[in-house]
Amino acid sequence: MGRRTPLYELHRTQGARMVEFAGWEMPLHYGSQIEEHHAVRRTAGMFDVSHMGVIDVRGQKARAFLRYLLANDVARLGRPGRALYSCMLNESAGILDDLIVYFLGPESAGSEAFRIVVNAGTREKDLAWIRERAQTFEVEVTERDELAMIAVQGPQARERLAALLAPEDAQTALSLSPFSAAAFGEWFVARTGYTGEDGFEVMLPASDVLRVWRELAERGVSRCGLGARDTLRLEAGMNLYGSDMDENTHPLECGLEWTVAFEPADRSFVGREALEAIRARGSARRRVGLLLEERGVLRSHQKVIVPGVGEGEITSGTFSPTLQRSIALARVPAAQFDRVQVDVRGKLLPARVVEPPFVRRGKVLVG
Amino acid sequence: MSRVPADLKYTKSHEWVRELPDGSVEVGITDHAQDELGELVFVEVPTEGRTVQAGEACAVVESVKAASDVYSPVSGTVTEGNPRLASEPELVNQDPYGAGWLMRLRPSSRDELQQLLSAADYEAQLAEGDA
Repeated sequence: MGRRTPLYELHRTQGARMVEFAGWEMPLHYGSQIEEHHAVRRTAGMFDVSHMGVIDVRGQKARAFLRYLLANDVARLGRPGRALYSCMLNESAGILDDLIVYFLGPESAGSEAFRIVVNAGTREKDLAWIRERAQTFEVEVTERDELAMIAVQGPQARERLAALLAPEDAQTALSLSPFSAAAFGEWFVARTGYTGEDGFEVMLPASDVLRVWRELAERGVSRCGLGARDTLRLEAGMNLYGSDMDENTHPLECGLEWTVAFEPADRSFVGREALEAIRARGSARRRVGLLLEERGVLRSHQKVIVPGVGEGEITSGTFSPTLQRSIALARVPAAQFDRVQVDVRGKLLPARVVEPPFVRRGKVLVG
Repeated sequence: MSRVPADLKYTKSHEWVRELPDGSVEVGITDHAQDELGELVFVEVPTEGRTVQAGEACAVVESVKAASDVYSPVSGTVTEGNPRLASEPELVNQDPYGAGWLMRLRPSSRDELQQLLSAADYEAQLAEGDA
């Protein structure tokens, strides 16, 4: 039996099809994964993401520590509430995890506090890695196991969540810019997400989450499971840790070069030397999006054939409910080409190379 | 609880077989199978004239979640693949024993039909799986 979130019983009573994910029993869908997907693109949907790890880091050297720990540079987080997406690398520049780090703000005596949200499947491993590296920095590392987390996503998501806040807090929440957050008592509301739509991710005490889930449902926010979460993130061109990247993948070959801060050149971070060596000789592979031009469904691990160039592999593939055709992310040789063939169950099918995202804020971006 | 019509025959791999008056059979996947797969987004059925062996993979049903082979319950020659499924794969979810049929074929022997599971046998298998 896997671990359960505070919403587990409610999911069961609401007819969720449960599935094991990264050691957790999570809802896959509540009847129709495709309808849940459309709800997020068109109105608003909510996801229980309490299985994700929340880790707070505080201390006088917290910022210096995170500048060393992460490939992106938290020096960019000037104002409290600002958020940054980053990879956490090992010494060989392999991706240990991808995460969001929030600047919670200054505290007493020159101390600063940050919050990191990591993937469910990597949270124990991450925590051990972070604690190990934190030793020489005298920072306090605390896992916030007691917090639940829900993502409310879609064009109407922010307004519906804000309606549950006190009027002055609602105003503040609605004025948050993308990749910013604010604390309201024990709630932490961030304008971030994993769907390509606008919305909030809310960290809150487990004792509040049932009420919030029910009230959002009453306000017409659709319950969504991990199935829709996966098709939404894939349409949005966002990587899934464990599928599109892992410890054997570096950021330059999975579309995440934009998240690595090579400047300033004198900032030392874990994996920097290895990554600079790769950058100097040029990454042998790159990430692309694929649009299948025939009927069928692209799936992870299918072979991608680039005529005259070489071979690659699909890292995530699905049927896109928005595009009504199959799309995929693939790792391919780092050359320029715009057509490939994919070995789909023994048949070679043509696919077109596109730059992800496929869909963003309800709009189809690839033709 | 998934539906298991009493007048059909079944396989362990969750196909159903309906004997038609002209001696041919209609094949599909069971209500249980479609429910396990989730919403279908792509179905590939065999073309007319193809000969298949019992247990041979002859159709593909793909949901948002995964791809799955469908095995021919008996040996024979395909007389028709359901033409509607190319544009309406969801028929398999909505009506697995009716409009969502996958193929019709003419069995090469009657013996294999006798070896299929009865509705009661298939229900017993499903009950075991749940236990």
